[in-house]
Amino acid sequence: MREKLESLKVSAEEALSRASDSRELESLRVRYLGKKGELTAILKQMGSLAPEERPVMGALANDVRNRIEEMLGKRSVEIEALELEKKLQDEDLDITLPSKRKVLGHKHPMNILQDEIVEIFRSMGFVVAEGPEIETPYYNFTALNTPEGHPARDVQDTFYFSDDLLLRTQTSSVQIRAMENMSPPIRLIAPGRVYRKDDVDATHSPMFHQIEGLVVDKNITMGDLKGTLDTLFKELYGKDIKTRFRPHHFPFTEPSAEMDLSCFACRGQGCRVCKGEGWIEMLGCGVVHPRVLEYCNIDPTVYTGFAFGLGTERMTMLRYEIEDMRLLFENDMRFLSQF
Amino acid sequence: MKLSRKWLNDFVDITDISDRDFAAAMTMSGSIIEGYSYPGADITNVVVGKIMEVAQHPNADRLLVCTVDVGKSDSVTIVTGANNIKVGDIVPVALDGATLPGGIEIKKTTMRGVASDGMLCSIDELSVTSNDFPGTDSSGILILSDDNNDISLDNVELGDDIRPVLGLDDSVAEFEITPNRPDCLSVIGLARETSAVFERPLNISRPTVKAGHGDISDYLEVEIESDLCSRYAARVVTDVKIEPSPAWLRERLRASGVRPINNIVDITNYVMLEYGQPMHAFDYSCIDGKKIVVRTSGKGETIDTLDDKERTLMENTLLICDETKPIAIAGVMGGANSEITEDTKVIVFESANFDGPSVRRTATSIGMRTESSARFEKGLDPENVIPALERACELIELLGAGRVIEGIIDCYPAPQERTSLELDADRINSILGTQLSEDFMKSILNRLGFEIDGNTVRVPSWRQDVQIVHDLAEEVARLYGYDNIPMTLMKGDITIGALSQQQRTEKVIENTLYALGYSDIITYSFIGTSSYDKIRMPGDSPLRNSVRIMNPLGEDTSIMRTVSLPSMMEALGRNYKNRNDWAHLFELATVYHPRNDDLPEERKVVTLGVYDEEFDFFDLKGDLEVVLESLRIDYRFIKSNKHPAYHPGQCAEVYSGSKLIGVFGQVHPAVTDSYGIDTRVYAAELDFNTMFDSIQQETMYRPIDKFPSIERDMAVVCDQSVPAGDLVDTVLRVSGELLKSCEIFDVYTGDQVPKGKKSVALSLIYRHADRTLTDAEVDDLFNLSLSALGKEFGAVLR
Repeated sequence: MREKLESLKVSAEEALSRASDSRELESLRVRYLGKKGELTAILKQMGSLAPEERPVMGALANDVRNRIEEMLGKRSVEIEALELEKKLQDEDLDITLPSKRKVLGHKHPMNILQDEIVEIFRSMGFVVAEGPEIETPYYNFTALNTPEGHPARDVQDTFYFSDDLLLRTQTSSVQIRAMENMSPPIRLIAPGRVYRKDDVDATHSPMFHQIEGLVVDKNITMGDLKGTLDTLFKELYGKDIKTRFRPHHFPFTEPSAEMDLSCFACRGQGCRVCKGEGWIEMLGCGVVHPRVLEYCNIDPTVYTGFAFGLGTERMTMLRYEIEDMRLLFENDMRFLSQF
Repeated sequence: MKLSRKWLNDFVDITDISDRDFAAAMTMSGSIIEGYSYPGADITNVVVGKIMEVAQHPNADRLLVCTVDVGKSDSVTIVTGANNIKVGDIVPVALDGATLPGGIEIKKTTMRGVASDGMLCSIDELSVTSNDFPGTDSSGILILSDDNNDISLDNVELGDDIRPVLGLDDSVAEFEITPNRPDCLSVIGLARETSAVFERPLNISRPTVKAGHGDISDYLEVEIESDLCSRYAARVVTDVKIEPSPAWLRERLRASGVRPINNIVDITNYVMLEYGQPMHAFDYSCIDGKKIVVRTSGKGETIDTLDDKERTLMENTLLICDETKPIAIAGVMGGANSEITEDTKVIVFESANFDGPSVRRTATSIGMRTESSARFEKGLDPENVIPALERACELIELLGAGRVIEGIIDCYPAPQERTSLELDADRINSILGTQLSEDFMKSILNRLGFEIDGNTVRVPSWRQDVQIVHDLAEEVARLYGYDNIPMTLMKGDITIGALSQQQRTEKVIENTLYALGYSDIITYSFIGTSSYDKIRMPGDSPLRNSVRIMNPLGEDTSIMRTVSLPSMMEALGRNYKNRNDWAHLFELATVYHPRNDDLPEERKVVTLGVYDEEFDFFDLKGDLEVVLESLRIDYRFIKSNKHPAYHPGQCAEVYSGSKLIGVFGQVHPAVTDSYGIDTRVYAAELDFNTMFDSIQQETMYRPIDKFPSIERDMAVVCDQSVPAGDLVDTVLRVSGELLKSCEIFDVYTGDQVPKGKKSVALSLIYRHADRTLTDAEVDDLFNLSLSALGKEFGAVLR
């Protein structure tokens, strides 16, 4: 019997070490350790042994069983690892095949720019103000120091619904409404649609967008205007961007300025974007005219302010080198999906 | 405003300043130079030559072979087809490699066997006209030495560049002058600026007129009957000889973009350009009653203007009249009846000041903006009237164009008061953010012609735009240099840069839609009435009541949209036409509803539009569910066939409680058809404000369920017409709070169920918050649902 047990152990060790998958391993387990297995068969003969030999053989049989179980366990871990490896090999993918992608919508380039600008101004404590697009001449002109008879009020440039109602020609009208409803300190920007009677072409559209800015507080200076706009453009285009201010004229600011930006495409060297100038005309701005403050019942001897207005279309076109303004309003997927 | 730099040098010498530096300095001080034109820029290697010999071409009857001295040791041979030349003529010669206007290049060539070293030029080829050079023959070669023209060859040598000879060696700066500075629409005005910017002396001398015969009061009387004319001055010139102006004068007009006509007309234009004061010359013989009356027009009055058109005038148009008739529209254009002609012998020069807005109204109403009206409408300096008039008469005498009659008529009922301002240096510094000294400010203002007396600043008469301390601040700043103002950041109370709740909600909607694959579009707010027809809007719909533009660009942009669908359809149609496979678009579109006694109401509409073969009603429904849930809106969809723009069987309204948020569904095929789209289109229109008002409060945390749920599936057979959602509603209603969810997971029609019936499979999940449910409890609820479905819909367990 000892020999049988010993040979069972040897044959089991050999068979187990040869087993190559979990099914084979399971059948070996049944063969050796199962109820009808070989070890059970040997143990059944235990009764024929002399009583003093029984404990010895019992112990030996247990050793053999333990040894086989240990081998089974070890092999099972090894085989599982092998099988996992094989499974992973089988699951090898050609990852260059097309994805099952979700389509992401595209933000209109003007809204990309507008959102960026709004974010920068928000970080400087500006709120976003809105106002009606259909306005009265008072808010669009009169209170902006553009009295009746002023050329800017011409029917040639302005869409009118009646003598008392028009499509705003500038977001500056929001300044007046905001100043009527808020008290200083005021820091606001007002992005929005504006309208002028221009035929559609590569650089004109009867409807376009502006972003207006207004600050009213004590001790606001033209230097603050320069610093604020300089901050905006450095945030937008990088620290090495420069701003340049030139005298200009607007009825609602005094002093008034136009701001040029060192070309962000060529960094001021002169290129197609800036037409070789190195500078790009960007926006109009200035110190709020005291008459405008008076119209809004803000005391110009106590408060000063600055205002600016930039053309969203123009900025967008320059930034993305879009040569025809019509593309911004055609909403063609071939255009929109580029952004 | 075109400025000849040669002309500018009469008043301020900046010959040593390059065009580039001049442009930079002027632009940075507020007189923007947009660019330069160089009249002779296209002409190179064209020189003065003298014809030494002329011979017949041996092989061509119509060609001549000329030997031309161009100042070099060897003369050149030129073959020409012209026949107006003779030996001894001085002519322009384009040598080998020369360029001419229009990109023409001249090369040595052989013409019918004879080598030609270049070309003799006509005035056309040099891009000037016989108006510029009266007396020249434009059909042949320009003969510089011809006595019929007045081209001066003094100090000109053979071989010299032709450009200075023809006055084509100028630089002309193109200025953009802001409307507050009409004084800068003149050479003298820009000279003043130049002198201040470059700190160079300004040489303006008062014109001197000898006159010395006659007495103007024998000739003319002027009466101003309207306060739209603040000053009217006139002088009379007799013995007028109408002839071309001299070359120097013509050259300056040409450089300024004005066509020379004759000496009298040219003088009025010259003075306008130099002084910025529009002038007019009348033929005295046409003035009835020796009298000029400045008055406004009556109803229906007409005048024939210089351009030979009869103009009917608005009432109250300011007119220059004689005793019987109008002879000019003040500040805009003269009348044909008093025009200067070749026979004119006596003239009246007018120099006057007219009301800006009045001139502008007139010019606009008759659709005629002239150099004169463009200046008047911005408001001119009445003090400039006399110097300009004197300058015109000085030129008459200089040109020998006539005899100036002694005396000036000057009607100036209420002389303009000069503005005086206090120089408050602290205030100016506080506006600018600078620390400039008072003396520095004074020196700048002084350079600009302001007179300083202690702390009082007297504004020059030509600077009516300077009225308050802010205007002085701008003057100081622009000459100090805006660039020298230090950049600072605002100080003061902190403000919060937050978006409003509405603005944040807009961002949530936008971001959700981008994530769902929709791209945003920007469309015009105005549409045409035909757009309402295209979306099948009933004729009596109140939405057809739109705000209408009085002066639209066209019918299709004439009303403010009350609905956003047409703009979306147009964008989809354009994509479809451009053969884009699909488009998923949205717009946060503003619509405009008229209101009585108030501004129109502007509302935002979240508008979705899709065409895509892979997209159907339920895709759209799902997208809307995501949008509405992202906003925490408790919503329900109710099928509707009341929207003519939509498919009657594939359209639903979106409600929150009893509030209608909007509508969505498949767009009616007739509508897609009218936009040229030959595939299914889906759209949604959701009112932003209603959505915003429907947003629920933030939810509070609820403990996560601890006890297991029990799932049951239920398949029932019912009539096909029963909406499956109604089955769900019933099950939810009768089951109470233990039923956590009830979802449709399959709808079947076909062989396995009777005709006209369908099988609806529901997945039910039950759970109790505090304990594990028993099967018996769930069975009871399940059976309760089943019997309710049976009772309400005749549904039976499959």
